[in-house]
Formats: sequence, structure tokens, C-alpha cells
Amino acid sequence: MRTRGATEDHPLMRWLLTAVTISFVILFLLLPLITVFAAALEKGIAMAWNTLGDPDTISAIELTFITALIAVPLNTAFGVAAAWAVSKYDFRGKSILTAFIDLPFSVSPVIAGLIYVLIFGLQGWMGPWLREHDIKIIFALPGIVLATMFVTFPFVARELIPLMNDQGRDEEEAAMSLGASGLQTFFRVTLPSIKWGLLYGVLLCNARAMGEFGAVSVVSGHIRGQTNTMPLHVEVLYNDYQFVAAFAVAAVLALLALVTLTLKSFLEWRYADEIAAVHRH
Amino acid sequence: MAALTLSGSWKRKNALPGFGLSLGFTLSYLSVVVLIPLAALIIRPWELGFDGFIAAVTQPRVLAALKLSFGAAAIAAVVNTFFGLMVAWALTRYRFPGKRLIDALVDLPFALPTSVAGIALCTLYAPNGWVGELLAPLNIKVAYTPLGVVVALIFIGLPFVVRTLQPVLADFGREPEEAAATLGAGRFQTFRRIVLPALAPALITGAALAFARAVGEYGSVIFIAGNLPMKSEIAPLLIIIKLEQFDYAGAAAIGVVMLAASFLILLALNVLQVWTAEKR
Repeated sequence: MRTRGATEDHPLMRWLLTAVTISFVILFLLLPLITVFAAALEKGIAMAWNTLGDPDTISAIELTFITALIAVPLNTAFGVAAAWAVSKYDFRGKSILTAFIDLPFSVSPVIAGLIYVLIFGLQGWMGPWLREHDIKIIFALPGIVLATMFVTFPFVARELIPLMNDQGRDEEEAAMSLGASGLQTFFRVTLPSIKWGLLYGVLLCNARAMGEFGAVSVVSGHIRGQTNTMPLHVEVLYNDYQFVAAFAVAAVLALLALVTLTLKSFLEWRYADEIAAVHRH
Repeated sequence: MAALTLSGSWKRKNALPGFGLSLGFTLSYLSVVVLIPLAALIIRPWELGFDGFIAAVTQPRVLAALKLSFGAAAIAAVVNTFFGLMVAWALTRYRFPGKRLIDALVDLPFALPTSVAGIALCTLYAPNGWVGELLAPLNIKVAYTPLGVVVALIFIGLPFVVRTLQPVLADFGREPEEAAATLGAGRFQTFRRIVLPALAPALITGAALAFARAVGEYGSVIFIAGNLPMKSEIAPLLIIIKLEQFDYAGAAAIGVVMLAASFLILLALNVLQVWTAEKR
């Protein structure tokens, strides 16, 4: 019989902890995921597929993509600019700035929606003026995009800041001293060294942008075929007792989440050194 | 303005261009998207006056909702700290079949839209659901009760604890444990006296992150909660109800209390974390 090392747990302990881990993850994480697909396919795949062809569902899918297509590039541009400013220069107030960038993560999604209603809503600060000029922000696309931007705000910046901090500015300074222009330096020196980290940040940002529910729910107004994104449409269908349709849309979103997780795991495994979220650990 | 005062404090000459542009864009974007709207939240409730503000947040229905949101979040954070430690321990120290799959699944709550999680949990724990029908004979009701709120918050908070603990556990060398064992400590004694104190700061951070997320959580909760006023109605939902009644100031008042309370609790946990880290 092999003797147990001094830092090894008792076999019984090991067995117990493994069993608890597997049961806990299956009960709380795997079962909900399986439920989504099981409920979607309850009446057969054809039925589930047909519900996705509903015009309101198609318009929800479109709105989700449009929202992500606006919010994600804006937050990416912001993330790169913020990381450049914070990592390449020394200035006072840097730690306050980085704390502010992380702020949206500690704000409830509902509050994230609420703040825009307080400004642009009917009784908000700019409400009367917007109404006079017939500009719709709340219960329309701009509000949905703003709320999405708020909740996905930190993703790219918080991935790039530690990464670019580690890289310092020696390579950029060398390129500049050899006569490269600022833009050339950025695109030829900085970008290649942060590309995997950037992709990682964009991936997480996009997943949240397409999946955000709470914040968007506050500003959307739930107008079918107009201001429903996919996560909102799931709620509308579910509250309408159209369970197969609700779970069919939910299954599409769950597939999207699984693709995101797969890509994320792949990036973490393949480019561990070039992704700050892994690097730090 | 801000950019000017900031650029005045350059410590060393920097040859890289784009400081004004990148910082200017960063500050403008941050102000427009985050800071000004948050300022609107903090200013708005005071149109009720101080007394009106207090009256708005001490309505029995508001107090009950705040108590549920914070209470359920605290319970879920404790459960997650306990089970999160076991999961992180098994994932970093043991080998077992399906380990990679379990590890990848831990991130699911980060990636799955909350409304999808919400309807799935509700279906699962409803009296005729897979888990609900097992609990029904035991007379345990989960869906449409405060217990359902806790279940949803456990789902949403687990990855925060596991992902905070994993790297710390992986970095934690076996030497201190070996030394303790050499000196005659039992396995449990070693865990309690050596490992647990070393993990304490990470445990507190993980618990704090899970708690902060759970307090404000909306999507995964509202389906399973049943949303009975005074019983299973969470604070974020009450904000939405107030907004629908055009009670903007009342909605903002609840928001301010939630923000202030979570920041105070996070601050306290932060202090506790620094204290436990220093004590080692």
C-alpha cells in the first residue's frame, strides 16, 4: 500500500470534497443549463426552430446585434484610450481614475438603467426638452445602447490596463526614436503585443452586451418588435406562457454563452502570457 | 480642465504622443457614460427634502425589500464562501474525471444572460420541476419564496468565490503545510492554523464580490422570487415599480441607499481584508 504524503488529504476527505464539488456544480450550474435546452426541445426541434422565425423574435435578435455593434466598439475605443493614458504616462489621480473605470461593476444593473431614466426620462432632467424636440432616448435604441455601454464599460479597460502596465513604454519609445510616427508606433508596436488581451476583453464585453437584462429592462419599455432585445424577449415570452418560444430564444443565448466560454478557455490556455486576467494569477 | 491640471504634474519628460488625446477622451467618455448619470442619481432624491427622503426609504414595503436583498445576498455569500472553498480546493488539488468540464462550468453564471438563468432556475425549482418535485414531498418550497431568491443568488455568486480562491490556492506552496506536518500537526490542524489564515484575505474578497453582485442582482431573481410585496420582492424590482409609477425621486432614493449600503459594506470588508493580511 502506498503511504500518504504529509500534505495529501485523507482519501476519504478527497472523495468527500470531490463528491461535494461535482454535486454542487451539477445542481447549481449544470442542471439550469440542461433545463434551458430540455425545455426548448420539449415539443421537438421543429417546433422550437419555428418559434425563432416569429417576426418579433427576429427583430429582438436584430436589436441585440445592433446594440452590441454600437456599444462594444465604443467601449473598445475607450478601453484602449484609457489603458494608453494610464499605462504610458505618470500623472496624479491615476488610481482614482482606475477606480472610477471599475465603478460600473459594483453598481446594480437596475441602477445602471435608472440613472439614464433620471436624465432622459419623461420627468428626467432633459425630459421636457427632448420631448419638445421629439427626440426619443428612453424606450428607444439610444437608451438601450447607453445602458449597455454602462454595464460593459470596464471590460476592455480592466483587461488592458494591467497588461500594458507590465509592458511599460520602452518598446514604444524605441520605435519613436527610430523615427516612427505616433500612429505607426501604436499599430506596429503596441497593438501586436496587446492583441490577444484586447480580443479577450472584447469577447467578455460582447457577451455581456448581448446578454444584459436588468439595465436594458429599465430603459427599454418592452415594446414588442421594437425595443425588445433577446434577453428581454425571453422575459416577455415567458410571462406570456409561451414556454417553448421563451426557451428557444433562451437556448440561442445559452449557445452564445457556451461559445463565449469555449473561446475564453481557449484564449486563456493558448495565450496565457498575453492575457492579464490569467497572467495576474 | 482636469487634463490641464493632470498634465502639469508630469514627473519625467515623456516622448510618447497622445497623452492629451487619450486622457481627454477617457475623461469625457467616463463623465458622459458613468459619472454625470451617477451624479443625477445622487442628486435626485433630495428634491423630497431630507425628511421626504427618510420617509421614502423607510416605507415598510421599501424596508422589507432592502432587508430581503441584503439578507439573501449575505446568506448566499456565506453559502458560496463555504462551497466555493470546497470547489476551488478540489479543482486545484485533486484529479478526477470531468474536472476540466467542472472548471469551465464555474464561469457559466458570468456568461449566461440573467433572464435565461432566471427562467431556467424557476422551471427547475417550481413544484413540478426536476428539483422542485424532489423537494415537494419534504414540504420545502423554493420557487416563489425568499428561499428561491437565495438559490438564484448562490447561482450568480459562486464564480466570484471560486475564481478569487483558485490562483491563491495554486500559488500557495506546500512547504508551510509540510513544515506543520513535520512538527506533528494533523491534517485538520494544518488546515485550520496554516492554510485557512493564508486564504482568509482571498476568501473575504471573494465573498465581498459575490455579495456586491447579489445585492443588485435582478434578472436571475425575479422569475423564481414570485415578487410578493413584503415577502419576496427585491429592492431592484421595487425601483422599477417606482419608476413605472413615475415616482423618480422615490426610485432614486432606494438606489442611493443600495449604493451607499453596498459601498459601506465593501469598505468594511476591505478593511477586514487588509487587517487579516497584516495579521499573518
